Amino acid sequence: MNAYAMSASPPGGAPVVSDRLARNAMRHASERVIETLLFAAAAVSVLTTVGIVYVLVSESIHFFQNVSIVDFLTDTQWTPLFDDAHFGIMVLISGTLVSSAVALAVAIPMGTVIAIYLSEFANPKVREVAKPILELLGGIPTIVFGYFALLIVTPLLQKIFPELPGFSLLSAGLVMGIMIVPYVASLSEDAMRAVPMSLREGAYAMGSTRLYTALHVVVPAAFSGLAASYILGISRAVGETMILAVAAGMQPNLTWNPMEPAATITSYIVQVALGDLPHGSIGYQTIFAAGLTLLLITLLFNILGQWLRRRFRENY
Amino acid sequence: MSSENAGFDPARIRALIARGKLKDALFSALGILCLGIGLLVIFALVADMAVKGAERFNLGFFLNFASRRATQAGILSAWVGSLLVMLVTAMTAVPLGVAAGLYLEEYARRNWITEVIEINITNLAAVPSIVYGLLALGIFVYAFGFGQSILSAGLTLALLILPIVIVATREAIRAIPAMIREGSMAVGATRWQTCRYHIVPYAMPGILTGVIIGLARAIGETAPIITIGALTFIAFLPPVPFSELADGTRAGLFDWVMSPFTVMPIQIFNWTSRPDPAFEVNAAAAGFVLMVMVLTMNAIAIWLRYRLRKNIKW
Repeated sequence: MNAYAMSASPPGGAPVVSDRLARNAMRHASERVIETLLFAAAAVSVLTTVGIVYVLVSESIHFFQNVSIVDFLTDTQWTPLFDDAHFGIMVLISGTLVSSAVALAVAIPMGTVIAIYLSEFANPKVREVAKPILELLGGIPTIVFGYFALLIVTPLLQKIFPELPGFSLLSAGLVMGIMIVPYVASLSEDAMRAVPMSLREGAYAMGSTRLYTALHVVVPAAFSGLAASYILGISRAVGETMILAVAAGMQPNLTWNPMEPAATITSYIVQVALGDLPHGSIGYQTIFAAGLTLLLITLLFNILGQWLRRRFRENY
Repeated sequence: MSSENAGFDPARIRALIARGKLKDALFSALGILCLGIGLLVIFALVADMAVKGAERFNLGFFLNFASRRATQAGILSAWVGSLLVMLVTAMTAVPLGVAAGLYLEEYARRNWITEVIEINITNLAAVPSIVYGLLALGIFVYAFGFGQSILSAGLTLALLILPIVIVATREAIRAIPAMIREGSMAVGATRWQTCRYHIVPYAMPGILTGVIIGLARAIGETAPIITIGALTFIAFLPPVPFSELADGTRAGLFDWVMSPFTVMPIQIFNWTSRPDPAFEVNAAAAGFVLMVMVLTMNAIAIWLRYRLRKNIKW
């Protein structure tokens, strides 16, 4: 309204429109600046990715100038800080894969059953209460889960398996599984609830029971969503750190037996970071090579997940 | 069921129905059992830590520094450190996340740049947190020279929770109907004025929910902070702004951001990994405090979202 008053011609002068136009131009300029700032904020996420790739690759290049990639992939010992240094990443990968397998053996069945129950069986009131509780479980800090694995679950397991050592992939993996259940359950439930009601009604009209409908109609229809939730679970398991650092022991051990202690890629990084390695030393570079391996494994599973999702996508 | 006449035998049909119902009931029971295990774990954790740590719950535990003697060790430097790191994280992640969300919802054109940003945000959410630690070690600690400071840790965790804040912001903004924007622009507001006076205020509760969930995740993160090389034994507090330092000079307003620090999860890790069982008690007590912090934050977020869903009708 000011602008209107100002644009009126002052007595005895030319009409002043320029003032209003100038303000308009200012407005446009500040809009441009703001848009640029907002874009810069959005670009930070891309910069993060670029930063991650740059840091991991550049440090790994230094590492691979000292260690051949063949040794890295085939050596069966991982002793980077010893005088007789060996750099066989398989040792760490075996720990990561075994603990992840134990975790998924817990998380996938439990998460799927919970999701089917919540989506197809439970009444809405139960669901309203159960979902937040699951979220709380998913929000517990992993270090607390580590404490739980080492000081509660391991002693319990030792009552069943007396030969189980104080640190083991088994107890860390089991607790990791419990930690992942909420992620799997919540995503799977969303996927199953997105299946249109008409499919269920069709099945019921044919005389199917609830369980039959759930397992033979809803689950296949929601399979791409379920696959996505499993892949997220795998990513969590592979990248989980503190539970393993606390409860699985940190000694490198090439094993496929969950009853043994072993280091994983992540717990090795923690172990090195806890010590005092000089910047630029070979030990310092190993954690970036290990990190790159971890990122590649996660990436591999994510690509697989995307492929599965596309392969089994159903459109309604 | 296989024979053609089977369908006409009422007794068989009744048995079939009964069997189907039994299977349904059994599966329901299995579902409840699985949910119960989850509930039991939360309960067992909280109860175990509360009971085991009970003897440490006194004022001294909150006001003492870490010590070699378990009974005298406290969490002062840890909770102060966690609080300060969260401050830096929130001050970084909230403006960046909200701005990014706003850009993607209100400004971005449909082109490949927008698509790259969107795909990137989705993928970042799946990157293991320890990888963020390595990023921070290479960039913040060494390239930028921030060292093992509160600033490095706060920025690392901010990057970690950025996707959470962005996604929450976008969802909150998307729930605002187009007529709000149209109304605002119809009376001459620019795009930014529309955002500033309408979109952001109306999306605030949703954004806040995302921010709280993000911070609850950040406060419990251990791995990235260990990776940047945070010390586990800290027996001093970061300098209070303008306080007198040991060498007689006065601390600047922001000196504390460059200070070495420790946080709650690292203190718990340190105590958990000691062989002396006396420290288990400390770990339990500190774990209980951390659990209470995290669960309270999550509960507030859940309550906020519940209220939100109930109250807002456009």
